Amino acid sequence: MINREFFLKGFKSILAPDSPALALGCCFIAIGALLKNLGFSIQESIFSTMLTYALPGSLVMAESLLVGASLLNIFLAVWFVNARLYPMAVSLFPLMMHESQPRWKYYFSCHFIAVSAWLIMKSKYKDIDKKYRIDFWIGVGCATWTTAVIGTFIGFYASDYLDKNMMMGLAILNPIYFLCMMVGAMKTIQIGASVVLGLLLGPIFYFLSPEWSILLGGLVGGTIAYLIGELNVN
Amino acid sequence: MSTSIVLAILVTSLATFSSRLLGAISSERIKETSKLFRYFNCLAYSTLAALIARTIIFPVGVLSDASYLSRASVVLFCLFIFFISKRNFVYPTVLSAIMMALLTNYL
Repeated sequence: MINREFFLKGFKSILAPDSPALALGCCFIAIGALLKNLGFSIQESIFSTMLTYALPGSLVMAESLLVGASLLNIFLAVWFVNARLYPMAVSLFPLMMHESQPRWKYYFSCHFIAVSAWLIMKSKYKDIDKKYRIDFWIGVGCATWTTAVIGTFIGFYASDYLDKNMMMGLAILNPIYFLCMMVGAMKTIQIGASVVLGLLLGPIFYFLSPEWSILLGGLVGGTIAYLIGELNVN
Repeated sequence: MSTSIVLAILVTSLATFSSRLLGAISSERIKETSKLFRYFNCLAYSTLAALIARTIIFPVGVLSDASYLSRASVVLFCLFIFFISKRNFVYPTVLSAIMMALLTNYL
Protein backbone atom coordinates (compact mmCIF):
# COMPACT_ATOMS: atom_id res chain seq x y z
CA MET A 1 0.00 0.00 0.00
CA ILE A 2 1.03 3.63 0.37
CA ASN A 3 4.08 4.27 2.57
CA ARG A 4 2.78 6.50 5.34
CA GLU A 5 6.11 8.20 6.09
CA PHE A 6 6.65 9.41 2.53
CA PHE A 7 2.96 10.19 2.03
CA LEU A 8 3.01 12.50 5.06
CA LYS A 9 6.32 14.00 3.96
CA GLY A 10 4.72 14.87 0.60
CA PHE A 11 1.54 16.12 2.25
CA LYS A 12 3.48 18.41 4.57
CA SER A 13 5.57 19.80 1.70
CA ILE A 14 2.83 22.34 0.94
CA LEU A 15 3.42 23.87 4.37
CA ALA A 16 6.88 25.05 3.25
CA PRO A 17 7.24 28.87 3.07
CA ASP A 18 7.71 28.75 -0.73
CA SER A 19 4.87 26.29 -1.42
CA PRO A 20 2.09 27.11 -3.91
CA ALA A 21 -0.66 26.45 -1.33
CA LEU A 22 -1.41 30.14 -0.84
CA ALA A 23 -1.61 30.95 -4.56
CA LEU A 24 -3.56 27.78 -5.32
CA GLY A 25 -6.02 28.32 -2.46
CA CYS A 26 -6.64 31.97 -3.44
CA CYS A 27 -7.30 31.04 -7.06
CA PHE A 28 -9.80 28.38 -6.08
CA ILE A 29 -11.47 30.95 -3.81
CA ALA A 30 -11.99 32.99 -6.99
CA ILE A 31 -13.26 29.86 -8.79
CA GLY A 32 -15.70 29.09 -5.94
CA ALA A 33 -17.07 32.63 -6.10
CA LEU A 34 -17.30 32.49 -9.91
CA LEU A 35 -19.18 29.17 -9.87
CA LYS A 36 -21.66 30.52 -7.32
CA ASN A 37 -22.28 33.57 -9.50
CA LEU A 38 -22.92 31.23 -12.44
CA GLY A 39 -25.65 29.46 -10.49
CA PHE A 40 -23.77 26.39 -9.27
CA SER A 41 -24.80 24.94 -5.91
CA ILE A 42 -22.16 24.24 -3.24
CA GLN A 43 -22.31 20.51 -4.08
CA GLU A 44 -21.78 21.20 -7.78
CA SER A 45 -18.88 23.58 -7.09
CA ILE A 46 -17.08 21.08 -4.82
CA PHE A 47 -17.89 18.23 -7.23
CA SER A 48 -16.38 20.27 -10.10
CA THR A 49 -13.12 21.00 -8.26
CA MET A 50 -12.79 17.42 -6.99
CA LEU A 51 -13.30 15.84 -10.40
CA THR A 52 -11.60 18.39 -12.65
CA TYR A 53 -8.87 19.85 -10.43
CA ALA A 54 -7.50 22.08 -13.17
CA LEU A 55 -8.03 25.83 -13.05
CA PRO A 56 -8.05 26.68 -16.78
CA GLY A 57 -10.40 23.76 -17.49
CA SER A 58 -12.83 24.91 -14.79
CA LEU A 59 -12.74 28.46 -16.17
CA VAL A 60 -13.38 27.27 -19.73
CA MET A 61 -16.28 25.10 -18.55
CA ALA A 62 -17.78 28.07 -16.66
CA GLU A 63 -17.42 30.38 -19.68
CA SER A 64 -18.85 27.74 -22.02
CA LEU A 65 -21.88 27.17 -19.78
CA LEU A 66 -22.42 30.92 -19.69
CA VAL A 67 -22.72 31.14 -23.49
CA GLY A 68 -24.84 27.97 -23.69
CA ALA A 69 -22.26 25.76 -25.42
CA SER A 70 -23.09 22.09 -26.14
CA LEU A 71 -21.47 19.24 -24.18
CA LEU A 72 -19.32 18.35 -27.20
CA ASN A 73 -18.09 21.95 -27.42
CA ILE A 74 -17.30 21.95 -23.70
CA PHE A 75 -15.40 18.66 -24.05
CA LEU A 76 -13.31 19.92 -26.97
CA ALA A 77 -12.64 23.35 -25.43
CA VAL A 78 -11.52 21.80 -22.12
CA TRP A 79 -9.49 19.11 -23.90
CA PHE A 80 -7.59 21.75 -25.90
CA VAL A 81 -6.81 23.78 -22.78
CA ASN A 82 -5.91 20.78 -20.63
CA ALA A 83 -3.95 18.79 -23.23
CA ARG A 84 -0.86 20.29 -21.59
CA LEU A 85 -1.38 17.68 -18.84
CA TYR A 86 -0.17 14.95 -21.25
CA PRO A 87 3.45 16.19 -21.64
CA MET A 88 3.43 17.13 -17.94
CA ALA A 89 2.58 13.52 -17.03
CA VAL A 90 5.12 12.07 -19.48
CA SER A 91 7.85 14.32 -18.09
CA LEU A 92 7.07 13.40 -14.47
CA PHE A 93 6.02 9.75 -14.21
CA PRO A 94 9.29 8.21 -15.50
CA LEU A 95 10.99 9.87 -12.52
CA MET A 96 8.68 7.95 -10.17
CA MET A 97 8.47 4.55 -11.90
CA HIS A 98 9.74 1.65 -9.78
CA GLU A 99 9.24 -2.06 -10.47
CA SER A 100 8.26 -2.78 -6.85
CA GLN A 101 5.33 -0.35 -6.93
CA PRO A 102 1.89 -1.46 -8.20
CA ARG A 103 0.54 0.15 -11.37
CA TRP A 104 -2.71 1.29 -9.75
CA LYS A 105 -0.78 3.92 -7.78
CA TYR A 106 0.33 5.58 -11.01
CA TYR A 107 -3.10 5.44 -12.65
CA PHE A 108 -4.83 6.69 -9.50
CA SER A 109 -2.36 9.48 -8.80
CA CYS A 110 -2.32 10.85 -12.36
CA HIS A 111 -5.42 12.82 -11.31
CA PHE A 112 -3.11 15.01 -9.20
CA ILE A 113 -1.16 16.23 -12.25
CA ALA A 114 -1.56 20.01 -12.08
CA VAL A 115 0.93 22.86 -12.32
CA SER A 116 1.33 23.34 -8.56
CA ALA A 117 1.89 19.67 -7.63
CA TRP A 118 4.03 19.12 -10.76
CA LEU A 119 6.36 22.00 -9.90
CA ILE A 120 6.71 20.84 -6.27
CA MET A 121 7.57 17.29 -7.40
CA LYS A 122 10.00 18.51 -10.06
CA SER A 123 11.90 20.53 -7.47
CA LYS A 124 11.94 17.83 -4.75
CA TYR A 125 12.14 14.41 -6.44
CA LYS A 126 15.93 14.19 -6.17
CA ASP A 127 15.69 14.26 -2.36
CA ILE A 128 13.39 11.20 -2.29
CA ASP A 129 14.41 7.55 -2.73
CA LYS A 130 13.08 6.46 -6.15
CA LYS A 131 11.14 3.55 -4.65
CA TYR A 132 9.04 5.91 -2.53
CA ARG A 133 8.67 8.84 -4.92
CA ILE A 134 5.17 7.72 -5.92
CA ASP A 135 4.08 7.73 -2.24
CA PHE A 136 5.57 11.18 -1.80
CA TRP A 137 3.78 12.31 -4.97
CA ILE A 138 0.42 10.99 -3.73
CA GLY A 139 1.00 13.01 -0.54
CA VAL A 140 1.77 16.18 -2.53
CA GLY A 141 -1.24 15.60 -4.79
CA CYS A 142 -3.65 14.96 -1.90
CA ALA A 143 -2.45 18.14 -0.17
CA THR A 144 -2.82 20.41 -3.23
CA TRP A 145 -6.15 18.78 -4.15
CA THR A 146 -7.46 19.32 -0.60
CA THR A 147 -6.29 22.95 -0.74
CA ALA A 148 -8.24 23.41 -3.98
CA VAL A 149 -11.41 21.92 -2.50
CA ILE A 150 -11.16 24.05 0.66
CA GLY A 151 -10.50 27.15 -1.48
CA THR A 152 -13.62 26.45 -3.56
CA PHE A 153 -15.69 26.01 -0.39
CA ILE A 154 -14.44 29.30 1.09
CA GLY A 155 -14.89 31.14 -2.23
CA PHE A 156 -18.45 29.90 -2.62
CA TYR A 157 -19.52 31.24 0.78
CA ALA A 158 -17.32 34.36 0.68
CA SER A 159 -18.50 35.44 -2.76
CA ASP A 160 -21.01 37.91 -1.34
CA TYR A 161 -18.19 39.75 0.43
CA LEU A 162 -15.74 39.78 -2.51
CA ASP A 163 -15.97 42.78 -4.84
CA LYS A 164 -14.62 42.78 -8.40
CA ASN A 165 -11.25 44.31 -7.46
CA MET A 166 -10.63 41.65 -4.84
CA MET A 167 -11.58 38.92 -7.33
CA MET A 168 -9.06 40.33 -9.81
CA GLY A 169 -6.41 40.33 -7.09
CA LEU A 170 -7.13 36.67 -6.35
CA ALA A 171 -7.17 35.75 -10.05
CA ILE A 172 -3.70 37.21 -10.77
CA LEU A 173 -2.05 35.31 -7.87
CA ASN A 174 -1.73 31.97 -9.62
CA PRO A 175 -0.21 33.11 -12.95
CA ILE A 176 2.27 35.32 -11.08
CA TYR A 177 3.26 32.49 -8.75
CA PHE A 178 3.69 30.05 -11.65
CA LEU A 179 5.59 32.62 -13.70
CA CYS A 180 8.06 33.11 -10.83
CA MET A 181 8.39 29.33 -10.38
CA MET A 182 9.03 28.85 -14.11
CA VAL A 183 11.62 31.62 -14.17
CA GLY A 184 13.19 30.06 -11.06
CA ALA A 185 13.35 26.67 -12.84
CA MET A 186 15.38 28.09 -15.77
CA LYS A 187 18.65 26.42 -14.73
CA THR A 188 19.60 24.70 -17.99
CA ILE A 189 19.65 25.93 -21.60
CA GLN A 190 16.83 23.55 -22.56
CA ILE A 191 14.49 24.58 -19.74
CA GLY A 192 15.37 28.27 -20.13
CA ALA A 193 14.71 28.21 -23.87
CA SER A 194 11.49 26.21 -23.34
CA VAL A 195 10.10 28.79 -20.91
CA VAL A 196 11.12 31.85 -22.95
CA LEU A 197 9.85 30.40 -26.25
CA GLY A 198 6.60 29.24 -24.64
CA LEU A 199 6.00 32.70 -23.17
CA LEU A 200 6.58 34.30 -26.58
CA LEU A 201 4.90 31.78 -28.88
CA GLY A 202 1.75 31.14 -26.80
CA PRO A 203 0.37 34.66 -27.32
CA ILE A 204 1.64 34.83 -30.94
CA PHE A 205 -0.22 31.63 -31.88
CA TYR A 206 -3.32 33.04 -30.17
CA PHE A 207 -3.76 35.34 -33.17
CA LEU A 208 -3.78 32.31 -35.49
CA SER A 209 -6.01 30.08 -33.38
CA PRO A 210 -7.09 30.77 -29.79
CA GLU A 211 -8.00 27.11 -29.22
CA TRP A 212 -4.70 25.71 -30.49
CA SER A 213 -2.43 28.50 -29.18
CA ILE A 214 -1.28 26.72 -25.99
CA LEU A 215 -0.63 23.41 -27.74
CA LEU A 216 1.09 24.99 -30.75
CA GLY A 217 3.13 27.37 -28.58
CA GLY A 218 4.22 24.47 -26.39
CA LEU A 219 4.94 22.10 -29.28
CA VAL A 220 6.92 24.54 -31.42
CA GLY A 221 8.67 26.22 -28.47
CA GLY A 222 9.50 22.90 -26.78
CA THR A 223 10.81 21.33 -29.99
CA ILE A 224 13.08 24.31 -30.76
CA ALA A 225 14.31 24.38 -27.14
CA TYR A 226 15.03 20.63 -27.23
CA LEU A 227 17.05 21.00 -30.45
CA ILE A 228 18.96 23.99 -29.05
CA GLY A 229 19.81 21.96 -25.93
CA GLU A 230 20.88 18.87 -27.90
CA LEU A 231 23.05 20.92 -30.27
CA ASN A 232 24.64 22.62 -27.29
CA VAL A 233 25.44 19.25 -25.64
CA ASN A 234 26.90 17.86 -28.88
CA MET B 1 -28.04 19.37 -8.67
CA SER B 2 -29.26 20.32 -12.14
CA THR B 3 -28.56 17.74 -14.83
CA SER B 4 -26.91 20.07 -17.35
CA ILE B 5 -24.35 21.35 -14.84
CA VAL B 6 -23.57 17.82 -13.63
CA LEU B 7 -23.13 16.64 -17.23
CA ALA B 8 -20.88 19.62 -17.98
CA ILE B 9 -18.75 18.78 -14.92
CA LEU B 10 -18.54 15.11 -15.96
CA VAL B 11 -17.58 16.04 -19.53
CA THR B 12 -14.96 18.49 -18.23
CA SER B 13 -13.47 15.92 -15.88
CA LEU B 14 -13.40 13.30 -18.65
CA ALA B 15 -11.59 15.69 -21.01
CA THR B 16 -9.09 16.51 -18.25
CA PHE B 17 -8.52 13.00 -16.93
CA SER B 18 -7.98 11.51 -20.41
CA SER B 19 -4.82 13.61 -20.92
CA ARG B 20 -3.53 12.68 -17.48
CA LEU B 21 -4.19 8.95 -17.86
CA LEU B 22 -2.73 8.80 -21.38
CA GLY B 23 0.38 10.53 -20.06
CA ALA B 24 0.70 8.04 -17.18
CA ILE B 25 0.28 5.05 -19.54
CA SER B 26 2.71 6.44 -22.16
CA SER B 27 5.41 7.12 -19.59
CA GLU B 28 5.66 3.44 -18.56
CA ARG B 29 8.14 2.72 -21.36
CA ILE B 30 10.08 5.98 -21.18
CA LYS B 31 13.34 6.08 -19.23
CA GLU B 32 14.26 9.26 -17.39
CA THR B 33 17.66 9.32 -19.10
CA SER B 34 16.24 9.00 -22.64
CA LYS B 35 16.09 11.72 -25.27
CA LEU B 36 12.32 11.26 -25.48
CA PHE B 37 12.01 12.12 -21.79
CA ARG B 38 14.10 15.27 -22.28
CA TYR B 39 11.94 16.20 -25.26
CA PHE B 40 8.71 15.84 -23.28
CA ASN B 41 10.28 17.83 -20.44
CA CYS B 42 10.86 20.70 -22.90
CA LEU B 43 7.30 20.34 -24.22
CA ALA B 44 5.88 20.46 -20.68
CA TYR B 45 7.79 23.58 -19.66
CA SER B 46 7.05 25.31 -22.95
CA THR B 47 3.33 24.45 -22.84
CA LEU B 48 3.06 25.71 -19.26
CA ALA B 49 4.84 28.93 -20.20
CA ALA B 50 2.43 29.36 -23.14
CA LEU B 51 -0.52 28.79 -20.80
CA ILE B 52 0.77 31.36 -18.28
CA ALA B 53 1.38 33.94 -21.02
CA ARG B 54 -2.10 33.36 -22.40
CA THR B 55 -3.67 33.58 -18.93
CA ILE B 56 -2.05 36.98 -18.39
CA ILE B 57 -2.34 38.48 -21.89
CA PHE B 58 -5.62 36.93 -23.08
CA PRO B 59 -7.37 35.95 -19.84
CA VAL B 60 -10.82 34.47 -19.42
CA GLY B 61 -13.02 35.22 -16.41
CA VAL B 62 -12.73 38.19 -14.10
CA LEU B 63 -9.13 39.02 -15.08
CA SER B 64 -10.27 39.98 -18.59
CA ASP B 65 -11.82 43.15 -17.12
CA ALA B 66 -8.41 44.39 -15.93
CA SER B 67 -6.58 46.67 -18.37
CA TYR B 68 -3.46 45.52 -20.25
CA LEU B 69 -1.51 48.27 -18.49
CA SER B 70 -2.43 47.08 -15.01
CA ARG B 71 -1.67 43.44 -15.85
CA ALA B 72 1.68 44.32 -17.44
CA SER B 73 2.60 46.57 -14.50
CA VAL B 74 1.82 43.82 -11.99
CA VAL B 75 3.84 41.21 -13.93
CA LEU B 76 6.92 43.44 -14.35
CA PHE B 77 6.83 44.68 -10.75
CA CYS B 78 6.45 41.15 -9.37
CA LEU B 79 9.32 39.80 -11.49
CA PHE B 80 11.44 42.69 -10.18
CA ILE B 81 10.50 41.78 -6.59
CA PHE B 82 11.20 38.11 -7.33
CA PHE B 83 14.76 38.87 -8.41
CA ILE B 84 15.63 41.41 -5.70
CA SER B 85 14.21 39.12 -2.98
CA LYS B 86 16.69 36.38 -4.02
CA ARG B 87 14.05 34.39 -5.89
CA ASN B 88 11.51 34.25 -3.07
CA PHE B 89 8.10 33.12 -4.42
CA VAL B 90 5.93 34.43 -1.58
CA TYR B 91 6.62 38.20 -1.72
CA PRO B 92 5.77 38.69 -5.43
CA THR B 93 2.73 36.41 -5.15
CA VAL B 94 1.20 38.28 -2.21
CA LEU B 95 2.13 41.68 -3.66
CA SER B 96 0.56 40.80 -7.03
CA ALA B 97 -2.92 40.44 -5.47
CA ILE B 98 -2.62 43.68 -3.49
CA MET B 99 -1.23 45.60 -6.46
CA MET B 100 -3.85 44.31 -8.90
CA ALA B 101 -6.70 45.14 -6.51
CA LEU B 102 -5.31 48.67 -5.99
CA LEU B 103 -4.60 49.31 -9.68
CA THR B 104 -8.06 48.22 -10.84
CA ASN B 105 -9.59 50.38 -8.14
CA TYR B 106 -7.64 53.57 -8.87
CA LEU B 107 -6.72 53.34 -12.60
